[in-house]
Amino acid sequence: MNVLLDHLADFREGFIGTVLLTLASGLLAMILGVVIAGFRVSPVPPLRMFGTAWVTLFRNTPLTLLFLIAWFVVPVIFVPGLSPWTKALLALGFYTSAFVCEAVRSGINTVPMGQAEAARSLGMSFSQTLRLIILPQATRSVIAPLSSIFIALTKNSAIAGAFSVTELFGVQKLLSDKGFPIAWIFLWVALGYLVVTFSISGLFRLLERRLGVAR
Amino acid sequence: MKLRMAASAAVLTTLALALTACGGDSGNAGDQTTGDGTGKNAPKLPTYSVATGVKIDSSTLKRAQQAGKLVIGAKNDQPFLGFEDTTGKRSGFDIEIAKMVAADLGFKPEQIEFKTVDSNVRETTISKGEVDLYVGTYTINDERKKQVGFAGPYFQAGADLLVRKDENGITGADSLKGKTVCSIKGSTPLQEIKKPKYGAKTIELSKYSECVQQLLNNEVDAVTTDDAILKGYAAQRPTKLKVVGKPFTQEPYGVGMNKDDKALRDAVNDALEKHEKNGDYKKAYEATLGLSGSAYPEPPAVNRY
Amino acid sequence: MTASVLYDAPGPKARLRNRVYTVLGSLALIALLAFVVYRLDAKGQLDPKVWDIFNNAGVRTNIRDGVLTTLKVFAVAGALSLVLGLLLAVARLSEHRPVRWLATGFIELFRAVPLLITIYALWVLFLTYKTDLGVIGDYTAFWGLVIGLTVYNGSVQAEVFRAGINAVPKGQVEAAYALGMRKYQVMTMLLLPQAIRSMLPTMISQLVVTLKDTSLGYVITYTELLFATRTMANNIIVNGENPFTAVTIVVGAIYIAMCLALSSLATWIERRGRRAKTGVAVAAAAEPAEQPGVLDTTGAPLGPVDGRTERPGD
Repeated sequence: MNVLLDHLADFREGFIGTVLLTLASGLLAMILGVVIAGFRVSPVPPLRMFGTAWVTLFRNTPLTLLFLIAWFVVPVIFVPGLSPWTKALLALGFYTSAFVCEAVRSGINTVPMGQAEAARSLGMSFSQTLRLIILPQATRSVIAPLSSIFIALTKNSAIAGAFSVTELFGVQKLLSDKGFPIAWIFLWVALGYLVVTFSISGLFRLLERRLGVAR
Repeated sequence: MKLRMAASAAVLTTLALALTACGGDSGNAGDQTTGDGTGKNAPKLPTYSVATGVKIDSSTLKRAQQAGKLVIGAKNDQPFLGFEDTTGKRSGFDIEIAKMVAADLGFKPEQIEFKTVDSNVRETTISKGEVDLYVGTYTINDERKKQVGFAGPYFQAGADLLVRKDENGITGADSLKGKTVCSIKGSTPLQEIKKPKYGAKTIELSKYSECVQQLLNNEVDAVTTDDAILKGYAAQRPTKLKVVGKPFTQEPYGVGMNKDDKALRDAVNDALEKHEKNGDYKKAYEATLGLSGSAYPEPPAVNRY
Repeated sequence: MTASVLYDAPGPKARLRNRVYTVLGSLALIALLAFVVYRLDAKGQLDPKVWDIFNNAGVRTNIRDGVLTTLKVFAVAGALSLVLGLLLAVARLSEHRPVRWLATGFIELFRAVPLLITIYALWVLFLTYKTDLGVIGDYTAFWGLVIGLTVYNGSVQAEVFRAGINAVPKGQVEAAYALGMRKYQVMTMLLLPQAIRSMLPTMISQLVVTLKDTSLGYVITYTELLFATRTMANNIIVNGENPFTAVTIVVGAIYIAMCLALSSLATWIERRGRRAKTGVAVAAAAEPAEQPGVLDTTGAPLGPVDGRTERPGD
């Protein structure tokens, strides 16, 4: 109990860090994921190739390696001078976008074929079909997997702690190094994550109910 | 189909890599890994006579004697201090200190099992007995004394700044306002530089070498830690980096061990004093840290408590 | 993949447009690649000397040892997580309330806590009780990583098993009981074989996650592939620089190769499974499970988990 009360400021800072990083990289992953999913079903081969390469690369690489790339390769090859927070955002966002992309793509696949055919026969173009007919319907079936993707993202953000970003896991390590009993720290930090993950799954369940129109 | 082909290609590549790994030619790249400082005219490392029949009432030592090996924690990425080349050979001043202490405790060099322990897990590793001794640029301070025991100090360092060669704006800790400084989580210079009076932005990583890389990439403006460590890095890349040379803290290095093992602490202190007197210490310094261009300083007096 | 349904068979105009896009897209991709190569070259990362480090015996041994260590951790953790998953799944479907609750609590707790934290906490715990732990005490880092991976992935695998068991048509169970089979007989002879069969691809996909997550060992400084090579890159200097980029490219390629090899196994099993004629469909390959929406509907017979069941890393 004392560990929590004495270091409440540390815990709070870490908690807020985790929440902010999760929100920001979640947003980035959503945008990238939907765009790349669009690439993967598009009629233009290079775009499809790009989409496939993107997903293969980011899904089969350990997240830690992506962090290392953001820290040691990106500044050399692409843009120098990003803050640690931005680097964490990029690594987490890109990694998660591959999973979002696959979720959206399989969501697209669950929309009955007739819908797309009907849209086409009404004279809609590819982008119109996707935007007005397919994606709105795919959203419904994508919500459940997205929820678990974001929960995983919350947990993955712990890796950023080793790369100069203040978040919950950093607090655990700091306090454990100071010699406090690990069991208590673990419990409190775990509770912090539980709060975040439960809010996410609650939020998505709510969304699901809202969007859950009978087909 | 495509996936299957890609996968089998992948398996082949992995296999090929694993197989060729056995037969690479030796040499070459190893030579480029400077830092062990084995030039032609380099001073030779001393050898230490191994004590026999050591009987000290220390639980740590008894366990080590039973196992027939002494586990010593060290750094592996600090040239001239604690360094490990690609063949797994360790070298540096801290390694020599470890060897001379081990010799007095009755362990031959080949009975030492070195374990790489990074700064951020030192307290945990030592206090939980994962290593018997720890020799790795470990500053003695009161906060740490709550968790680990310290023998020594065996070297007096001070926090300094490593900057790029063409950097003129940073002349000392006072000129860091608005600059980005990289250091290690939980290290003492970092805690100092974080104080508001310096006005510096900090970045915390887990290895100094990664901080140095950030400096070379222009991602940070300075790296701060003990001058001994920094001089090693500057000596590795004399055309790119330099040490500012104005220490702003006192960092006495000690040998870390179990907090309550006073017998072992005394024994290690005895060993340090003995080797400082008989000249081994100086020889070891000149063959390691001395190569980075820093002059030999008299060792600080051992502090028994 | 029904992508073709999304757009018409292109007419002359569309074909022209698509071709223009194709050319533009290809150009953009080539430009991107060229830019990367140019930047690499400009920074001296393509210098033969930089790549020559991989001819060094020490470097190769390091990489090989790293790969072997990673595979060792993966093999032990993977096997243990499957066993634990099976036990937890059966426990969660148990008729005894305390057993069910205990299993549910275990699964939910370890699924919610970041693996990194579990590994670190376990390691500190093992260190604290080092002397009482025998074998584990001698290799605390190894077991910290393995047990951490096991409890997390075991919890996820448990949910996969459960979904598989629930997917077996109810009628089969009723028929089995009508034939006079006992509870454990129904479980071992009827439910589990079919569940494992149908969920094998998903299980393997989760194993891919386990493989990737071995890299989290860095937090307790366990020298698996990523940590070993990271240290190595820090300690080699070529032309006054650390060969981070070269090492990263090589290590990334190794990880991708290992993961692709494993997931192609899942695809292969799925394809074989499709040919067989049983009542239970085989799950779509390559997507790790854990999806609250689908998996948490206890009791109700589930359809096969389709491509929607998907979930990133740890």
